[in-house]
Amino acid sequence: MNLSRREQLTGRIFLIALVLVTLLPFVSMLSAALQPRGTVPDGLVWPSDPQWGNFADAFTVANMGALLRSSLLIVAGVVPVSVLIATMAGFGLGHLRVPGGRFVFLLFLLGLTLPFEAVITPIYYQVQQLGLLNSRWAIILPLIGLYMPFAVFWMRAHFVNVPQELADAARVDGSNTWQLFWRVQVPLARPAIASLTILLFLWTWNQFLLAIVLVDDPTKRTMAGALGAFQGQWGTDQVLLCAGSLLILTPTLIVFLIFQRQFIKALLQGSLKG
Amino acid sequence: MTSSAVRARRRRWARTARWSGWLWVLPALLMYAVFVLRPLALTFQYSLYHWNGIGVARWAGLSNYVTVFTDRDLLKIIGNAFILIIFFSFIPVGLGLLVATLVRRITSGPFGTAVRTILFLPQVIPLVAAGIAWSWLLSTTGVVNQVLRAIGLGGLARAWLGEFDTALPSVGVIGAWVLLGLCTILLVTGMSKIDPALYEAARIDGAGPVREFLAVTLPSLRQEIGVCLTVTVIAALASFDIVYISTGGGPGLQTTVPGLEIYRLAFAQRQVGLASALGVVLMALVLLCVLPIQRLTRQDKG
Repeated sequence: MNLSRREQLTGRIFLIALVLVTLLPFVSMLSAALQPRGTVPDGLVWPSDPQWGNFADAFTVANMGALLRSSLLIVAGVVPVSVLIATMAGFGLGHLRVPGGRFVFLLFLLGLTLPFEAVITPIYYQVQQLGLLNSRWAIILPLIGLYMPFAVFWMRAHFVNVPQELADAARVDGSNTWQLFWRVQVPLARPAIASLTILLFLWTWNQFLLAIVLVDDPTKRTMAGALGAFQGQWGTDQVLLCAGSLLILTPTLIVFLIFQRQFIKALLQGSLKG
Repeated sequence: MTSSAVRARRRRWARTARWSGWLWVLPALLMYAVFVLRPLALTFQYSLYHWNGIGVARWAGLSNYVTVFTDRDLLKIIGNAFILIIFFSFIPVGLGLLVATLVRRITSGPFGTAVRTILFLPQVIPLVAAGIAWSWLLSTTGVVNQVLRAIGLGGLARAWLGEFDTALPSVGVIGAWVLLGLCTILLVTGMSKIDPALYEAARIDGAGPVREFLAVTLPSLRQEIGVCLTVTVIAALASFDIVYISTGGGPGLQTTVPGLEIYRLAFAQRQVGLASALGVVLMALVLLCVLPIQRLTRQDKG
């Protein structure tokens, strides 16, 4: 690198400033969450007597146990099915190249930039007709459909690049398409599948619009939807609101810190391809 | 087996496999058709009727669309979404480019990993949480006003999200915060792939930092800039979560965006037809903005 030392230094300073700005909202929430209950916190002040008990209060008030369970159930309903059927479709479109596949692929592409708000009204009436309103299925089923454009696009992009010879070799060995898919293609697609799983997990966990439109009961929503309800109820109690928000954030943060390498890779690739 | 036998077998195999291949695509296509394509068609259909969601729908022709394009409030709401593009897209991409140019690459050591991890935090947390955190930062007793008072600018202190002139820019700042890290990392990653020899050559040709930026950096980062713009423009036009949480669209209609207005029209005011027409317009606006960006920035792959 032939960057001068001064430029390098300016760059570093900018980067550190950026890091501080990114952290500021979290630190300010923490400082408010530790103030005594019932007080109105004033800016960013480290409390003389940090009230860690506020988190315990928020845990009970927000009914965190039930919220976690609900979000996990929704993720369990959405992510495995979405990844499986998208991988199958990606295999069909990218590798088997079914006749008419181009048209179907274009059909999927159509949904890639679709804002959820544009279809939320008919989805509401459709879910109502199915009698699923206010159940977790009301979030699970539409989300699977809404994820298909990106998920199929993603998996097809992987399968298109797998050399055809590999499949030919497997076929000469006498395996059928089913075996080829599970024994050869899926193991090879593992990185693409892992990234997709991470992205879908994150988007489901953080899904807000579907949760507030289709489910009234916060304990049957996603984490983000429940957080919305929590703010509606405790919006005036800044201390409890901050403690509760931080608690609701914690599970995602823990998962993120454990899998951060994969997360960052997935998010970068996700936006690059999407 | 002779090679011709293998080939024949492969061909036969390929033919049946090609048609039975539809079975692989079918489950995904089915879910997509039921929960996206059908609702999409219904949105178009609803948009042509006056309907309160319960009673009998009345044919409206294109009058809902006429309302969208002539009603002053609705036009203002659409305008708000475009103003948000400045904050959601231009600021993160501009600042991201600046940082990327200065840093060129983030070191791979612990410093680099920490920076990358922290800059990604806003992408990982729900937008709702970002909204709550920033509502507190920007409130009358929040950190922003605290800092202003500390440096003697207490006169500027205000309820940033509550006042007419500052509400929309404040919402914009929240979006900028969410997207800045992603754009920076994307651009720095793109930057580290540029061949240093290009800069060497530019220097030898006597190019200053500005020429260098215009002649080497910008063209090389075309694809990454395109990605950043696409992601952020969609986030701005289709914004909902942040606005819902931080301002609820107020004061007045100052921060109301199309996504929020669709939600209100459809579920509070029971004007399903108008809500759907606005949905169709929003969809079209996203495409109108995103397709040119893609066209300008995609590298020709032949």
